[in-house]
Amino acid sequence: MKILKWLSVGACALAPAVALGTTLETVQSRDSVRCGVNAAQPGFSSLDDNDTYRGLDTDVCRAIAAAALGDAGKVDFVPLDSVERFTALQSGEVDVLSRTTTWTSSRDTTQGMHFTGVSYYDGQTFMVASDLGVQSAEELDGAAVCTQSGTTSELNLSDYFRINDMRYDAVVFDSPEQSIAGFEAGRCDVLSSDASQLYAQRMQLANPDMAVVLPEIISKEPLGPAVRQGDDQWFNIVKWSLFAMLNAEELGVSSHNIDEHADSDNPDIARLLGQDGNFGEGMGLNDDWAYQIVKQVGNYAEMFDRNVGADSDIKIARGLNALWKDGGIQYAPPIR
Amino acid sequence: MSVRPNARPAGHKPPFWRDRAKRALVFQLLLTAAVAVFLLYIVGNVQDNLSARGITTGFGFLNNTAGFGIVQSLIDYSSQATYGRTFLVGLLNTLLVGGLGVLAATLIGFIVGIARLSPNWLLARMATAYIETFRNIPLLLQIFFWYFAVLRALPSARDSMAFGEVIFLNVRGLYLPEPLFESGFGLIPAAFIVAIGASIALCVWNKRRQEATGKRIPAGWISLVLILGLPLLITVATGVPITWDVPELRGFNFRGGFTVIPEFLALWMALSIYTAAFIAEIVRSGIQAISHGQTEAAQALSLPRNLVLRLVVIPQALRVIIPPLTSQYLNLIKNSSLATAIGYPDLVSVFAGTTLNQTGQAIEVIAMTMAVYLTISLLVSMFMNWFNARVALVER
Repeated sequence: MKILKWLSVGACALAPAVALGTTLETVQSRDSVRCGVNAAQPGFSSLDDNDTYRGLDTDVCRAIAAAALGDAGKVDFVPLDSVERFTALQSGEVDVLSRTTTWTSSRDTTQGMHFTGVSYYDGQTFMVASDLGVQSAEELDGAAVCTQSGTTSELNLSDYFRINDMRYDAVVFDSPEQSIAGFEAGRCDVLSSDASQLYAQRMQLANPDMAVVLPEIISKEPLGPAVRQGDDQWFNIVKWSLFAMLNAEELGVSSHNIDEHADSDNPDIARLLGQDGNFGEGMGLNDDWAYQIVKQVGNYAEMFDRNVGADSDIKIARGLNALWKDGGIQYAPPIR
Repeated sequence: MSVRPNARPAGHKPPFWRDRAKRALVFQLLLTAAVAVFLLYIVGNVQDNLSARGITTGFGFLNNTAGFGIVQSLIDYSSQATYGRTFLVGLLNTLLVGGLGVLAATLIGFIVGIARLSPNWLLARMATAYIETFRNIPLLLQIFFWYFAVLRALPSARDSMAFGEVIFLNVRGLYLPEPLFESGFGLIPAAFIVAIGASIALCVWNKRRQEATGKRIPAGWISLVLILGLPLLITVATGVPITWDVPELRGFNFRGGFTVIPEFLALWMALSIYTAAFIAEIVRSGIQAISHGQTEAAQALSLPRNLVLRLVVIPQALRVIIPPLTSQYLNLIKNSSLATAIGYPDLVSVFAGTTLNQTGQAIEVIAMTMAVYLTISLLVSMFMNWFNARVALVER
């Protein structure tokens, strides 16, 4: 995969300066959405027994394909590591990056990309071996910490240890698989990453009880899909695909009951499902764009429960990711 | 012999397209111009594309704060240092593993290469087995093997293997005591330099004397004693102005002393062992390229076997060995970029990995990284070509 980084640098050098059509036109003529995802992160993007990518991030891609092409299956998943992900998006290798990527100001302003929203509110924390008997992150002075290259985790870690006046040795790996292998081999006392990822990695350990995740959350990690700058139409499509799923959950519309709402009296549902007005037109989509998302992929609650929540192995509580009216902070602007 | 008639009157020059030299010059100018225009087009195009996509360009980022930790650094580094500093840290780590790798690979390679030609059956077969094993397994797998196999075999920090309570080995690395120098220490390196100077003078004198009289003294042994003994003598005489910072277990890990991280050990071992297998074959082919008559002639002079090798065979074999040896050195240095696979903080891992990703300035970072490898390789090449010219056969 390293070759991709170098290739895309070359591509930047040779590609003609004029963009060829909009992203939506490219996607429609190719008849698939190219979506950059994690290679193996259970709950967010990993291969199931049928060699199909499953997870919250991949379902976001499917929702975009359902809106843009009317078929949630028309997604080409491109597995990317954390180092090559931005170059892949910048160079047009992928149409959208949905790869547990933290939304930060510098990524929005200097890397030629825009985040479209937050699909999962996360935060960084620590996992330690149970037999160390550590209860709090403040006891970690002098620890060796495994983390992943090129992530915000690497920066948060350095800030956290500095402001708490503690020392640490950073052992930096390229991929989550290598960092968990380093942790299991005892190269480091602590594995640090986003909480969701640590819970998933803990399940991958030979014996999950050998490690505990510490309670402290040391950073804000809003994860979401990102697109290239300069194509507002595609930006809107990706942004509103996620909002449509949140609105559907808020209105009680799910993949199971959506057809019962065919002639809804609720004006919000009627607008969501394209029965009243055509809110897809402004994005160059059909009026049933949101219907297709909910029908084929489901609403936000279905996506969450299936991949990381109650119905999954990881069983993460909704927490911050509950809807605003249920005590969380997931809030979508209305469709109207 | 016929004389070609001079068709043109003197003083009349042919038009330039009839003149072969001028015509060639014009073509070369045209080609150079075409390449220059192409490069300018690429550079301009990159800048247009990057600004059109809202990606920051330029080298200003080198002065920004890096904000991430690096586990091994030969110079002062903290997460508050700049991205420019991360470049230096990565570069020095690359040079460290490359330099030590070249030394170890040469040493192992020469020993194994000569062993393979040994009349001792067992020794020769062991050398063959070594070469055929390590030459035929991909380097990346060997790095993973040394890293993960060795890591898992080592004990945790709390159950470290201790050697005399001053050296500790565990899964976090090798912990050595670090010398702290007190005042008056300056004399010791001075004594060391004096001893080296004296040894060189002794060897030169010994060689002249041997050429003149045929007699020689064991200058090698005397030099060794001189180089080790003189600094030692001064150390004792000045009351040992060194204290040792001995590592001790504090909290999670050993603190104090000097740490050799396991990533470095694994990478260094893998690179040296792998490259040494190729060097061994180069050494063997170099020695076998020397006609057997040379060896027989030397033996007929009743030179012992080690002198046959040292005085007759190896000086001639070096002419054959050095050009392919250069390629192996270059391979080793470039292969060190596989460090990123096991998290050794070399230039590719630190600068073209983390720094690239935190700043997003792929083109600048990759260009700098490529320039570094190109420069190192060209310098090594230049040195080896100079050395090759020195040992080459001088034909009279």
